Amino acid sequence: MGAGKIIAGIAAAIVAAEGVAGFVMGSSSKLLRPPGIQSERDFMARCIKCGKCVEACPYAAIRIAGPSEGSAAGTPFIDAREQACRLCPDFPCVEACPTDALRDVAEKHDPHMGYAKIEEDVCIAFKGYRCEVCYRVCPLIDEAITIDFEQRENDDIHAKFIPVVHKGVCTGCGLCVERCAVSEPYVPIRIVTLAEDGAHTGGGGKGGGEGGGAGKGNGAGNGNGRGNGESGNEGAKG
Amino acid sequence: MSMEITRRNFVKATAIAMATAAAAGSVSGMAGCAPKANDPIGGESTTKTLAVCRFCGCGCGVVVEARKGKIVSVYGDPENDSNRGLNCVKGYYLSKILYGEDRLTKPLIREDNSKKGTSEGFREASWSEALDLVASHLRETWKADKSRLAFWGSGQQPITEGYATAKFWKAGLRSNNIDPNARLCMASAVVGFMNVFQTDEPAGCYADIDHADVFITWGANMAEAHPMLYSRVMSRKISDPKIKHYDVTTLGTRTAATADKVIMFGNNGDLAITNCIAHYLIENDTYDHDWVRDHLQFKQGTENIGNAYDDGYDKSDVGQKVDATESITFEQYAERLAPYTWEYASRISGVPEEDIKELYELFANKDLKITSFWTMGVNQHNRGTWVNHNLHNLHLLSGHYCHPGDGGFSLTGQPSACGTAREVGTFSHRLPADLVVANEAHRRFSEAVWNLPEGYLEEIKAPGFHTTKIFRELSNGNIDFLWSAHNNWAQSMSNLTRFLGRGEDKKGIFDAFIVVSEVYPTISTKYANVVLPAAMWIEREGQFGNGERRTAVFEKAVDPPGDAMWDMWILMEIAKRVLLDEKIGDEDAFDLLFGEWYDKDAAEFKQATQREVCKSMWEEYRTFSNPSLNPRAAAINAEKKLKMEGKQLAPYEEYIENHGMTWPVREVDGKWLPTKWRFAYGPQEEGYDQQGIEMYGDRGLAGDVSFYKAADHRPSVVFRPWEPPAERPDDEYPFVFCTGRLLEHWHTGSMTRRVPELNNALPEALLDMNPADMEALGIKDGEMVKVVSRWGEVQIKASSAGRTQPPEKYLFAPFFAEETLVNLVQQEMYCPLSKEPDYKKTCVRVEKL
Repeated sequence: MGAGKIIAGIAAAIVAAEGVAGFVMGSSSKLLRPPGIQSERDFMARCIKCGKCVEACPYAAIRIAGPSEGSAAGTPFIDAREQACRLCPDFPCVEACPTDALRDVAEKHDPHMGYAKIEEDVCIAFKGYRCEVCYRVCPLIDEAITIDFEQRENDDIHAKFIPVVHKGVCTGCGLCVERCAVSEPYVPIRIVTLAEDGAHTGGGGKGGGEGGGAGKGNGAGNGNGRGNGESGNEGAKG
Repeated sequence: MSMEITRRNFVKATAIAMATAAAAGSVSGMAGCAPKANDPIGGESTTKTLAVCRFCGCGCGVVVEARKGKIVSVYGDPENDSNRGLNCVKGYYLSKILYGEDRLTKPLIREDNSKKGTSEGFREASWSEALDLVASHLRETWKADKSRLAFWGSGQQPITEGYATAKFWKAGLRSNNIDPNARLCMASAVVGFMNVFQTDEPAGCYADIDHADVFITWGANMAEAHPMLYSRVMSRKISDPKIKHYDVTTLGTRTAATADKVIMFGNNGDLAITNCIAHYLIENDTYDHDWVRDHLQFKQGTENIGNAYDDGYDKSDVGQKVDATESITFEQYAERLAPYTWEYASRISGVPEEDIKELYELFANKDLKITSFWTMGVNQHNRGTWVNHNLHNLHLLSGHYCHPGDGGFSLTGQPSACGTAREVGTFSHRLPADLVVANEAHRRFSEAVWNLPEGYLEEIKAPGFHTTKIFRELSNGNIDFLWSAHNNWAQSMSNLTRFLGRGEDKKGIFDAFIVVSEVYPTISTKYANVVLPAAMWIEREGQFGNGERRTAVFEKAVDPPGDAMWDMWILMEIAKRVLLDEKIGDEDAFDLLFGEWYDKDAAEFKQATQREVCKSMWEEYRTFSNPSLNPRAAAINAEKKLKMEGKQLAPYEEYIENHGMTWPVREVDGKWLPTKWRFAYGPQEEGYDQQGIEMYGDRGLAGDVSFYKAADHRPSVVFRPWEPPAERPDDEYPFVFCTGRLLEHWHTGSMTRRVPELNNALPEALLDMNPADMEALGIKDGEMVKVVSRWGEVQIKASSAGRTQPPEKYLFAPFFAEETLVNLVQQEMYCPLSKEPDYKKTCVRVEKL
C-alpha cells in the first residue's frame, strides 16, 4: 500500500467519524470541483490541498480557490466559462489525487460534478435562433443534452431547436458553459454544482434529483417550467 | 438611405425587436424613437434599413438598426419570405462582423517582395497611388498578353458590382479570365442544370419544404450548413409523424442525427445508387410513362473521362470532349442502366440492398411528394456534374418534379452564388442571364444590351481560365496580374501546398502582381502586392440572389471605416485608368461602358446616392431578361428564340418594397409577381409559372408542366455511369479525408472568427476520427497528429468527440481555421465537366506525432 492510499484511508475514516458526529464541512462552498468528486462533504474531508490535480490537468482547467472562499481556500475548482473539464479518457487529475477526494471514474459518463442549467429567458435557442452550441459541444451529445423540436411562435414554417439537459446523465463538465455563444446580459447556461445541488435538495450525493435518460419529446412545452429541479432562482433578466 | 417605414411595418418590426431582446448583445434603444425616412447616416436617431444576411446561401432577410453611424442591432426580417424573421447564431451576431479590431482602412502597397506570404513588407498608401499602381500593372499586362491576367470573384459579390466587373472584364478588356469562387461550390450544379434544362437554378423554392412528404438529403449537411432551412424541415416533420427524412451521406453529421434513416455510402456509390433506382423504375415499370412521353429526351455522353491530374487536361483528347453527348432512345437508356442491379449498386456503394430498395420504393410511389436536397457532397465530387444529372434523372423519370413539395432542389452555398456568379455570369465561359460566350447569338445579344458594335465580342468567344486553371497557371508563372475580391483564395483553394508556393511551383505566386480587395487581413492579403480596403456588407448598397432565386437588396446602413471604399468606386477608378484613351468604335471606351454612372473626370458617380447608382445599373442589367427595353436586343431575342424573359427581373424598387422576390418576376396588371414554381402551370398570383408557359410553353402535358427553356421543351435524361473517385484508399494513404463547413463559422472564418462569441463557440478546427481508428493508431483525444496526402501535409488536433461521426478509415475537418490549413493536403482534381474541385475524398494517412 502506497503512502497515498494510507492517507486516503485515514481521510475516509475522518469522513466516517464526521458523518456520525453530524458535522458538515465546507457547506458554504458551491465551487465546481474536478471529476471524481463524490459529494462536497466527502471531497472537503479528503482534499489536502496538495495541488496535484491542478498540476495533472493537461488543459489547465483546474485552479486553486482563493482566500475569499473561506474554508475552501486552497482547494481545486473549475471555472467552466474560462476552461471547462475536457473529460480526458484517462482522468489524470483523478489519478493524481493522493487522498481519493477524486475517485471512481473510468470513462466519460462517470463523473458527476454537477449539471448544466439553461436560463431560458436569455438563451437564444429558446427565442428561435438556430444556435444549440451547447448541444453540439457536449461530450455526451444526444445523451446529456438533446434537442426538442417545437413550432416557433407566430411562425408556422420554422421549428425551434430547444436544448434539453438531462440531469442524471450530464457530468457537469461545463464545456457548454465555456462555449455558449451568448455573453450578454450574461451566459445563459451554468453548472449547478454538486455542492449547490446538495445544499438545495438536502442530499448531496451524485446523480441525485430527477433522472431521465436521453430521449426526445420530454417536457416540450413553451416558456418556463422546463427547468431542472430548481426554478426561478435567478429570475428573468434581459 | 433609410427605407420608407410604414406605420404597420414599424409596429411589427418593433414587436420583433422586443421579442428578440437585445439582438447581438446590444440594446436597440428603440423606445419612442420612430425613425424618419430621411434620417442621415450617422445621425442621433435610429435608422432602420433592410438587408440580407452576409453569410450562406439561405439568404435570410434581416432588419438593421443604426445610430450615430454604428449598427446597434440586426434581427430577422419577418417580411422576407425566405426566412420570415428566423436567423441562426451567425445571423444573430451579424452586427459584430463589421467591428473587428483589425479592419483594413488604408490601401497597402507591398514594398518588400521577399516578405511575400507574410503580413510584413507593406506600407500605407494613398488611394491615388494604389490605384495608379494597380491600373498600370493591369494595363501593362493587358497590352502585352491578355492571357496573363485574371480576376477571381465571388458568390459573395453583390449583383450590380458583379455585373459591372463582368462588363469591364468581358467588354472592356475583352478577357474571359474572370471566374468566381462559386466555381468551388456550385459549378457542378450549374452544369447539371444547363445540360438537363438549358437554364440554371432550381425549379422549386423553399416553400417546397412545407409540402413534402419525404425529404432526401444527398451529400448535404443541412443542419449545419443551411440552418434556417433545416429549421423549416424540422417544422414540417413535427407537423406530421408520417413525414420521413432519408440522409444519404458518407459520414455521421448533425443532419444524419435527426434523420429517420441514414444511408451511408462510399466509393462514389451515389452514382451507382441513383442508376440502380432508375434501372428498377424502368425494369419494374414504375416510372412515369406520361412524363417520359411528354417531357423527356435521352442521351449518353463521353465516358471514362479520367481525372484532371495535369495542367493540360482541358486540352487533352478526353478533356476536349467531356461535354459531348449523343441522343439515345429510351430503350437504349434502359439498356445502359441494366448492369445497375441491387447487388452491383450495393457492392459499389457499401449500402445494403434493402436500403437502396427502400429509396427506390419512394420514387416508385406517385402518391408521395419527394423533396431531394443536395449540396457540396454532390458538387465537390470528381463526377459532380454526373451526380447532379443522376438526381435530376430520378425525379424526372418518376414524375416527381415541379410541383410543390415534389422536386429536386440543389442547395446553394453562398449568399449570391445564384444572384451574381450564376445570374450575372461572372464565369470564364458565361455572359449575363444564362448566356455563354461560345454562342454567337448570345454574343450578339450581349453586344446589343451593352451598346457595343456588332461583332465586338468575337474576341471572347473562347472561354477563359476557370478557377483551378487560373491558379495552376499562376503557379506555372503564366499569370502576371491577379485581382481577387470577396474571397480568400489562399485559404479556400484546394492543393494549397502548390498554390501557396510551398511545393515545387514557387515562381508564379511570388513573381505575379497580386491585388486583393479585402475588409480584414487574411492569408490572401499576405500574398498581395496591393491591398485595397473595401466597404463591407451594409457599408454600401448591394443585392444578393439566394438559393431559391430570390433577389433582395441590402441597403447602406453605415459608412465604411477610415479610407475603406465601395468596391464599385474602386472598379470605376481602375477601369478608367486602364481604359484611358481607349476607343470602342468612335467612342471613349470607359464612357461607353460606364459613362451612365461615373464621371471619370470628376471622379465621382453621376447619381447622387448609391441607391440611384444601383438602380440605374440594375435597369441596364435587367434588360438582359427584359429585352423589350432595348429594341436591338429585342430583335435578336425574337429572331434567335433566346427566351430571355425566362429569367425576368423586376424594376429595382420592387425588391425593396417586397423584401425580395423570386424570379422570373412577371408584370400582371401593373403589379410585379414572383414565380415560386417554374415550369408548373397555375395562377401567377399563387406563384406558378403561368406567364412563362403562356409565353413559351405548352399546355396539356403531363402534370401541366412545360419545360419551355429546354431544347424541344424536353429536359435531357443523360445516362452517367459509375466511375471511381480520383484517389482510392491504399496501404500508404488508407483514409478518405473530407472537408466542409460547420454552423458557427462562415467559410474561411475571416468574418465569424472576429466575432468573439462565435470564435469562443468553435475556437479550433478538429480532425474528426472514428474511435476505432484512433485506438488502432494509439492516438488520444486532443492529440496533435499529422495528416499527409500525396499533395501535402497539415498538423491538426484529433478528436473522437468532434462534430461529425466518421465511419472507420474516414476523416472530417472544417476549413474555417487559417492556422489549420486543411487545404494544404487537398487534391486539386476537379470534375472534368464543371471544373469544380473535389474537396471530399483526398486519400491521406494519419501520423501520430
